[in-house]
Amino acid sequence: MAATADTVRQVEDVTGGAYKYGFVTDIEADVAPLGLDESTIHFISAKKEEPAWLLEWRLKAFQQWKRMVEPEWAKVNYQRIDYQGIHYYSAPKQKDGPKSLDEVDPELLKTYEKLGIPLREQELLAGVVAVDAVFDSVSVATTYKKELEKKGIVFCSISEAVREHPELVRRYLGSVVPVADNYFACLNSAVFTDGSFVYIPKGVRCPMELSTYFRINAQNTGQFERTLIIADEGSYVSYLEGCTAPQRDENQLHAAVVELVTLDDAQIKYSTVQNWYPGDENGKGGIYNFVTKRGACRGKRSKISWTQVETGSAITWKYPSCILQGDDSVGEFYSVAITNNAQQADTGTKMIHIGRNTRSTIVSKGISAGRADNTYRGLVRISKKADGARNYTQCDSLLIGDKCGAHTVPYIESKNPTARVEHEATTSKISEDQLFYCLSRGLTQEQAVSLIVNGFCKEVMKELPMEFAVEAQKLIGISLEGSVG
Amino acid sequence: MALLEIEGLHVEVGGKPILKGIDLSIEPGEVHAIMGPNGSGKSTLSYVLAGRDGYEVTAGSIRFDGHDLLEMAADERAVAGIFLAFQYPVELPGVTGMTFLKEAVNARRKAEGEGDIDAMAFLKMVRAKAKTLSITDEMLKRAVNVGFSGGEKKRNEILHMAVLEPKLCVLDETDSGLDIDALKIVSDGVNALRDPGRSMLVITHYQRLLDHIEPDKVHVLAGGQIRRTGGKELALELERNGYADFVEAA
Repeated sequence: MAATADTVRQVEDVTGGAYKYGFVTDIEADVAPLGLDESTIHFISAKKEEPAWLLEWRLKAFQQWKRMVEPEWAKVNYQRIDYQGIHYYSAPKQKDGPKSLDEVDPELLKTYEKLGIPLREQELLAGVVAVDAVFDSVSVATTYKKELEKKGIVFCSISEAVREHPELVRRYLGSVVPVADNYFACLNSAVFTDGSFVYIPKGVRCPMELSTYFRINAQNTGQFERTLIIADEGSYVSYLEGCTAPQRDENQLHAAVVELVTLDDAQIKYSTVQNWYPGDENGKGGIYNFVTKRGACRGKRSKISWTQVETGSAITWKYPSCILQGDDSVGEFYSVAITNNAQQADTGTKMIHIGRNTRSTIVSKGISAGRADNTYRGLVRISKKADGARNYTQCDSLLIGDKCGAHTVPYIESKNPTARVEHEATTSKISEDQLFYCLSRGLTQEQAVSLIVNGFCKEVMKELPMEFAVEAQKLIGISLEGSVG
Repeated sequence: MALLEIEGLHVEVGGKPILKGIDLSIEPGEVHAIMGPNGSGKSTLSYVLAGRDGYEVTAGSIRFDGHDLLEMAADERAVAGIFLAFQYPVELPGVTGMTFLKEAVNARRKAEGEGDIDAMAFLKMVRAKAKTLSITDEMLKRAVNVGFSGGEKKRNEILHMAVLEPKLCVLDETDSGLDIDALKIVSDGVNALRDPGRSMLVITHYQRLLDHIEPDKVHVLAGGQIRRTGGKELALELERNGYADFVEAA
């Protein structure tokens, strides 16, 4: 009974119950007019009933963004983005979506089936039903929410956090990724629509993996998602982002920002499976994913661990990083990036060692097939005061076929003579021998490729939380279908 | 009816003729040995049977258990019951022996319209078979053939064979690189699989393997053709006289 009431309340929050806060907006449209100028930002801020400080913050970001130039250093080619040709806000309603699964691309459904995704969830992912309509069936979400509240954990949308926990948001928003950090992050700061907020109180170990799937309000955060996770002293949280199923998405440009903060002895484990639409065989129609992810290990002995499996998007531009400020803090980056057909990925990490005895580990596995290009770009910087800092980097590339490319661009800057920095890199191909060996044991060509690639990625896959890992394994096989033979 | 029936088989590799008219018939339960000098086409024959790409059949036919083998892809042949023990087993980094075998077993079960094997039953079955080949649990947890010694690799091939229970086992120079003790373990493993319903084609350069795995028939392959066929005593004759007669004849 209580759970049902809770659900109803939350559904209200999503569907317009927010008006009860008494804000009034004279703009009734569900979609912002095309293009971006100051009035667009006023529109978004008004729609979200934001306090004045946040509107100011956004406007400042927009002023800076106007003076910035789109970066061109990444090894990706794409048509210029027309920033005036985008709607920067649309209400979370899916009026134009398909009416039933019969109207959904059968290829998409086939993939869902292979991944073993339940029907109800398929409908949600394909955009057949709005997320609020699904809430009632996802009563498990409300149950979880209760359990989290008991421990004092805050897990909500960033819009809700702005209202309910303004002191935390003001203190930490933009503190890891400054407003003008880079072109895309700056754009995000000006126009971000929604995203997740997590606060783990002192000494609390979050009892479950937090995933956007269980978070109400999580859907329709649109192309400019903003995530902020704060782990207070001695706390721990594992956060799962994304979904192994390809999500129906009308937005071509995605420019998200994720900020993580760990205080003394705190730990954040952040896992991503990114499987947005990669476009057709020629890359037409795929998502451009320009995301800034960064974590600050502010506290002593704190730890931030990024694990990512990137199989989607036409273009991926992404460097989840760690700023190791606290003494003895630890940063980790485990990455699998798969590119097939015309996909392009330029991804890697930055490990900035500032504190003493800081340690970082980088394990990157890049797989290219078709005509795809896959670049690892990473920076390890040891600052003057980082006595005893250590880094270990391993970059492995696997090529499938002879029309794809793999590139490794490691930057190492060390200003401290006591630092130890190791870098290992390999490039290999799936050999005819390996394929034939698998076939001779009865595996199909596709099973063989999937098995060999999963073997290649093993060190990264084992870092994924269990439930993610199983799906991610299947996903790797699906992403590479048709890449051999 | 013969389990394997090869008639007038001609095979080219990269436009070069390697096999020049092979006729070979193996009945269920029979063990045939193919001996011959280096470069005679022994390994080519094993690859053609297993369906490897790049081996072009220009003439002849192969029938296996009622199928036209040449119409089947490599994986189809495997699930139909052909097994090749490799001369040089291939490394699969990151893929554990257990995972690999399970995929292989399930591929076969799928072809036979059965569901995936029960995980516990599979584990028990593999462990039991591994034990007879002196393969430890630790070895099964390692990536397939990665860091294995020559003997470990060959024992592992026989384990695959024992687990997959094929109808036709093709052993390509399984004795190469084995010391006496390993040869004994491997041969015992092979002998344990001898069965009235299962045939074997043992390809070897040396007679010593045939001391342990006693063949019903021995064929001498030289210059891409079978020059002579006899009983197990033919192997001993070859051991004494070498292949010189056949090489010159070719």
